[in-house]
Amino acid sequence: MMYAITIYGEPGVFENLPDEKQKQVLTGHYALQEALGERGDYLSIKLMPPATAVTVDPAPGRAQAPLIVDGPFAETKEGFLGFYAADFNDLQEALKFAEMISSPIARLEVRPVAWAGGVLSTG
Amino acid sequence: MSEWLEATFSNNRPRALAALTRYFRDMDLAEEAFSDACLKAVTAWEGKGAPRDPLAWLLTTARNAGLDRVRKTQRHRVLLQVEPSVLMADEDPLPDPDDVRDDVLRLLFICCHPALSRQDQIALALRIVAGLSVAEIARGFLVATKTMEQRVTRAKKKIATNRIAFETPSPQERGRRLGEVSLMVYLMFNEGWSTSNSAAQMRVTLCEEAIRLARLLADLFAGMGDQIALLSLLLFQHARRAARIDSDGRLVSLEDQDRRLWDKTAIAEAVALLQKSERLGHSGPYRVQAAIAAEHALAPSAQATDWQKIEAHYAALYVIQPTPVVRLNHIAAMAKTRGAEHALKEMETLACDLSDYRWYHTMQGGLFLQSGLPRRAVAAFEKALTLGPTEPERVVIKDQISTCKKMFTPL
Repeated sequence: MMYAITIYGEPGVFENLPDEKQKQVLTGHYALQEALGERGDYLSIKLMPPATAVTVDPAPGRAQAPLIVDGPFAETKEGFLGFYAADFNDLQEALKFAEMISSPIARLEVRPVAWAGGVLSTG
Repeated sequence: MSEWLEATFSNNRPRALAALTRYFRDMDLAEEAFSDACLKAVTAWEGKGAPRDPLAWLLTTARNAGLDRVRKTQRHRVLLQVEPSVLMADEDPLPDPDDVRDDVLRLLFICCHPALSRQDQIALALRIVAGLSVAEIARGFLVATKTMEQRVTRAKKKIATNRIAFETPSPQERGRRLGEVSLMVYLMFNEGWSTSNSAAQMRVTLCEEAIRLARLLADLFAGMGDQIALLSLLLFQHARRAARIDSDGRLVSLEDQDRRLWDKTAIAEAVALLQKSERLGHSGPYRVQAAIAAEHALAPSAQATDWQKIEAHYAALYVIQPTPVVRLNHIAAMAKTRGAEHALKEMETLACDLSDYRWYHTMQGGLFLQSGLPRRAVAAFEKALTLGPTEPERVVIKDQISTCKKMFTPL
C-alpha cells in the first residue's frame, strides 16, 4: 500500500533555526531518503514559501474563467510544507519511516494514498 | 528545547510586536510584553509542543502580561492610551489580516522616521522588528557595542515624540509607507553587501535580515508586484555570496565567479518570484533590477550572458530611474554589446556627476585597459583608490594597476 507522509509546520521557522538544528532536521531527511531509495521508487517534494504561490479559485459563474488571485495571504499559521510518498508493507512500517523526520518544528501525517499516477503510480 | 522555540518566536516577532505596539501605543512596553509571553511559552509549550496558531497564543499571553505590567507599575498615562478593546480580555486577540498588515507596516515605518539617518533607521528596524541584540547589530555595522547602544537609545528617543497615526491608513498613505519601508530594506541589504572602508566586504547578518524583512513584506503584500520583486532581487544577489570572495578573501568579479557555488535553491525561488511579479503587471525599479539579476543568474557561463537583453533592461530602468548611476550601469552593458571605446565615449557625459563615485573610475580604468591605454587606466584606478574602497576592493584595484604597469612600453 502506498502511503504519503505529509509535513505541516509554520512556514519560515526552519530558516530561523540555528545552523546545527537545521542540520539535525536535514540529517533526518537524508536518512529517510536513503532508506526509501534502497527500497525502491519514492517521491518527495518540498514546497517553496507561500509568497511564491498564486491561487486559482473556482470560476465565479458559468462559462467564466477560474479566478486567479495573487494570494495566498500568508499567515504564520501552520501550513503544508511538503511530502514523501512510497510503498510500505503496512501502516506500522510507514510510521516507523515517518519517525525518522520527526522534529519539534513539524507535524507529520501518515495517510494511505487512494490513487497515484505519473512516475510513481499505484498501478 | 528553547532553541527550537526561539525560531518560532523570531518568526512571529514582527507581527506580534506590531499588534502589541498598536494595543499599548508604547514600543518598550510591547517589547517587554512579548518577552514575557515567550518566557511563558517555554514552560507552557514544553511537552505539548507549540500550539497550532502560535501567534494567537503569544498575543493573548503578551496582552495580559502587558496589562499586568501597566497595572503594577501604575503607568496610568499608558493605561489611558491603551486601545480600548485590549482591556476586554475575552476578545479574540488576533487582529484580522488587514490589521496585521497595517500594524507591521506601521512598525517598520516608525523606524523609517525622517529625523533619523539611514543607518540609524536600519539599526532601529533590526533592533525592534527583527529583534537582534544591540551587540549583534554592532557587529553588523562593525562598530563597538557601546556606540551602537547609544545610537539605538538616541534613535528611540527621537521617535518617542513622533506621532504616527494608528488609524487605518488611506491607500495613498499605505503606498507611501510601503515605498519608504521597501527602500529601507533594500538599503539594509546593500549596507551588508558592500560598504566603504571596511575589512569585511559582506556582512551576512545584514543581508539575511534584509531578506527576512523582504519576505515579510512579500507575505503581507502578496498582491504587490514591487515587494515580490524586491524579495526576488535580494535572493538573486544573495545566491552569489559563496562565489563572491575566494579562499584568500579576495573579491571575485561576477565574470570570474565559479557558478557552481551559486545557491541554486535561492535562484529557483527568485525566478519563481520574478515570474509572479511579472504576472502582477506593475513594472517598478526592483522588478527591472531583478530581471537583470536573472539574466546573470541563469546564464550558463559569463560568455553566454545575453548582454543585449541586459542593455535593454538598463535602458528601461533608466526611464524609471534617470540617475547617473543607472546610466553608468547601462554604459557598462554597452561596453559588452558595442565595445569599450563606445562605452568610454558615453562615459564622458557622466564625468561631472560621478567624479567622486569610485565605481566610475574603476570601470573607466578597466575600459582603458581593454582599449590598450594602460597609462590612462592607471590614472583612473589611482583616482578610485582615493575614494574609500573596501579592503577587498583595494586589493583588486592594486592588482589591476600592476597589470597595467606591466604593459607600459619601455621609453
